[in-house]
Amino acid sequence: MALRSTDILTQTPQGLYCPLGDFHIDPVRPVKRALITHGHSDHARSGHRSVMATRETLRIMGVRYGEDFAGSTQEAPLRESLRVGDVTVRFTPAGHVLGSAQVSIEAGGTRVVVSGDYKRAEDPTCLPYEVVPCDVFITEATFGLPVFRHPDTRGEVRKLLDSVALFPERAHIVGAYALGKAQRVMALLREEGYDRPIYLHGAMERLTELYKSEGIPLGETPKVVAAERSKLAGAIVICPPSSIQDLWSRRFPDPVTCFASGWMRVRARARQKGVELPLVISDHSDWDDLCHTIRETGAGEVWVTHGQEDALVHWCTTHGIRARPLHMLGYGDEGEAEEAAHPPLEGEGRRPSGRRGGVETPTSESDGADHPTSALRADPPPQGEDMP
Amino acid sequence: MNRFAALLDRLGYEPRRNAKLRLLTDYFRHTPDPDRGYALAAMTGALMFKEAKPGLIRGLVEERTDPELFRMSYHYVGDLAETVALIWPAPGHEAAARVSNGADLPSPPLWGRVGEGGAAQDWNQEGANTPLPSPPPQGGRESAAPTVGHNNPPPHVPTLTEVIETLATTSKSDLPARVAEWMDALDETGRWALIKLITRELRVGVSARLAKTAVAQLGQIEPDEVELVWHGLEPPYESLFAWVEGRGLKPESGNPAPFRPSMLSHPLEDEDFTKLDASEFLAEWKWDGIRLQAAAGRGSDGRPVRRIYSRTGEDVSRAFPDLVEALDFEGAIDGELLIVREGRVQSFNVLQQRLNRKAVTPKLIAEFPAHLRVYDILFEGEEDLRPLPFAERRRRLEALVARLGDPRIDLSPMVPFETWEDLAAARADPASVGAGPDADAIEGCMVKRANSPYLPGRPKGYWYKWKRDPYLVDAVMMYGQRGHGKRSSFYSDYTFGVWRDGPNGEELVPVGKAYHGFTDEELVKLDRYVRNHTINRFGPVREVEYGKDRGLVLEVAFEGLQRSTRHKSGVAMRFPRINRIRWDKPAAEADRIETLEKILERGEQEVHPLKADGAKRKEA
Repeated sequence: MALRSTDILTQTPQGLYCPLGDFHIDPVRPVKRALITHGHSDHARSGHRSVMATRETLRIMGVRYGEDFAGSTQEAPLRESLRVGDVTVRFTPAGHVLGSAQVSIEAGGTRVVVSGDYKRAEDPTCLPYEVVPCDVFITEATFGLPVFRHPDTRGEVRKLLDSVALFPERAHIVGAYALGKAQRVMALLREEGYDRPIYLHGAMERLTELYKSEGIPLGETPKVVAAERSKLAGAIVICPPSSIQDLWSRRFPDPVTCFASGWMRVRARARQKGVELPLVISDHSDWDDLCHTIRETGAGEVWVTHGQEDALVHWCTTHGIRARPLHMLGYGDEGEAEEAAHPPLEGEGRRPSGRRGGVETPTSESDGADHPTSALRADPPPQGEDMP
Repeated sequence: MNRFAALLDRLGYEPRRNAKLRLLTDYFRHTPDPDRGYALAAMTGALMFKEAKPGLIRGLVEERTDPELFRMSYHYVGDLAETVALIWPAPGHEAAARVSNGADLPSPPLWGRVGEGGAAQDWNQEGANTPLPSPPPQGGRESAAPTVGHNNPPPHVPTLTEVIETLATTSKSDLPARVAEWMDALDETGRWALIKLITRELRVGVSARLAKTAVAQLGQIEPDEVELVWHGLEPPYESLFAWVEGRGLKPESGNPAPFRPSMLSHPLEDEDFTKLDASEFLAEWKWDGIRLQAAAGRGSDGRPVRRIYSRTGEDVSRAFPDLVEALDFEGAIDGELLIVREGRVQSFNVLQQRLNRKAVTPKLIAEFPAHLRVYDILFEGEEDLRPLPFAERRRRLEALVARLGDPRIDLSPMVPFETWEDLAAARADPASVGAGPDADAIEGCMVKRANSPYLPGRPKGYWYKWKRDPYLVDAVMMYGQRGHGKRSSFYSDYTFGVWRDGPNGEELVPVGKAYHGFTDEELVKLDRYVRNHTINRFGPVREVEYGKDRGLVLEVAFEGLQRSTRHKSGVAMRFPRINRIRWDKPAAEADRIETLEKILERGEQEVHPLKADGAKRKEA
């Protein structure tokens, strides 16, 4: 007889926990044994005793936190079954960023898939998502509303190139998360035939080098020399989202503020960030992809970790799929935590779920506390709170 | 339509005037006639089709989406046009669903209309096994494959010209079907632009003047020249584009009473007084009315042509036939629209009742007689007076008004002063320097350099407005409400109260609500404050902590007070805004209701009714 899904996976203050295998997945606090889906700092934190992840994710963590980010590490080869405690785990590409993987856990004839963050859209910088049929599918819902339908990225990149052509005397400053998005934008620009140097903010440099060393061609990507910013008329510059409104970016010639993010789909979000050229490029699934991925997995039960849980749960329920929101805290949107200069410390950005009444999105309250000085940010609004 | 949509999209994000101009000229340069002409007409408000109501759009989308998901989405996005544009099920979904179900089903899908009691419910229970098409937004790309080789032709993407010409001829009953067809054919940005266009709510920060300036920049032509020929032209303006591009002759003005761009003022700041020499300036009252330009001339047939324009050049003659009748002169004068009854200027509140009426009936005219209080003259006959010094123009204006001798047009009196202190005293108490009963309708002073020419736009150093100081009160924040549009994720509207004696001792009573006056950085902090101090939730509203020993004090500025039966406190504030956030001040030290009562008593001699939101206000 099959085990119940909750025997395989439960929710703890540290994050999702597999009692039979005695490990956590993407824990937000240091734990004994952690399986990490991908390298974004809200999922991959330092200080665990042992970490299992894909080779690329381990490399990314090493670059971010130093080689001693965990007591010990173990590489998880893709698509290979590994025994951990009393369960079998398997890492399968998730299509989110370089090295990102879903973790499937099998025991007693039941399979649970923790997808981490994932997308179905094409991405030249990472392996595409592979569907893993399962009984319980654990999904994010960052863009879990039917208004989020990501357009073709090529069109978005052409928008940027058209603007560069129209305003050759201005610099285009593109905010993009340092891991994944930045490199994807570079790769997309190259695919569209842009062969001039793409200038990088210092914070982008090491991860971009890592991507290049993994064999992803990104062309010439010099680091911006502070003293020469005023000479970069007509250039495309990629920097962390937090820098697009900084003094740092104001030193470029009449900068055009761009931001590559799924949030840019909603005009108000773009305006709140002071973005003049929003580029709807997301590393997450849009609504259609969330829905059809759930169907493809064949799962009879869906748990929604974070994001716009309510809408996706509603959709599942109306399609005869059991679903529940986990209201998990500590996971940002689109690598929001990237913006912090340091990886969050224990307990930061996280509160016991009991006091929240279970119906609020996490970032609206938690992340601002990490960045008290930042101006209007593209936070997901407190969508859930008026919901029944 | 797609090019136009892309233009609107980009303009909406662009704060800089020059960059907007560049986007506009780029569009005009690369878009053929007649599309670009209709785009120009859309941006200058010159299109004459019957607009679609938001209800129509809503109805269409509700037929096509799960109402619960639509509600969540609208709540999140905060803008109907945008929500609909994004959530609209792409036609691929529909076709695909039909194919995969192997049945020829009617379009649009029939499930779950709001208000059809339980229809959505039925669909929910029947689930995916029914032969109904799966709901479009969820259809997903797995079904994209069957559409390849599908018999349906690809949807026809309408041009802007097609949309506008169709709107002009389509009957009201056919409109929903046409709109739905277009929505199916367009992408998200196209749908958004279409809704903005057909509901006539472009709001992309482009004034008619800016659009005309962009046209002028296609050639080496001054914007004023476009302005002069403008009123003789009609969409799609092919002759205008031909002229600016050097392919055609200058169009006939065709309008012997054209609009000339208004001259605008800057606010007078405290530091200005030390720099400005009072003897070089003249002052008038600043009237709480609507800025108008009245122009009159003779057509080619010798008949008089009389026009009244708003400060942006919109022809509003039809709304003021009583005033048009009085324009028995040739030239152009600049002044303020007021309502005068029995020789006394009425409040702005009264004026509003004359505005925005569809039918201008004799009863309306008798009840709200329009009056033009003039303060400048731009043309007399064929003579351009704009290069003359203000003092000289004033003399010409006085002579013209005297000649007219019509009670509906009079002069805005000068305010005599020697020093800035004199003027400050006059501004503080207009009645004491001869404003008489009209003091009610005065909202400060206009200060004009005696030698200033009449220049279009807002030139620096000539004209200043010196508004009366606002009233200030320290109040305690009681509720925060989420904003809309740009602020849809922030608690940006604050209800505040002052102390009064209640049955159980002192209590806070709400006296107003304000949603601006703070910076973006302050908004982030106020939003955080509301979230961290919430004690109650009512939908989008949160009640925050307040009391003698807790609460946030807001210094609120406002223009006046009025008694109100709608408010618990019995007072309503006019134009309240957050002047300062008093993070330092204990709530117990906020003001009491008596502070407001005192202002109210003073205000009851000088009636200052509440300005309704959304009224078109001049910015002199």
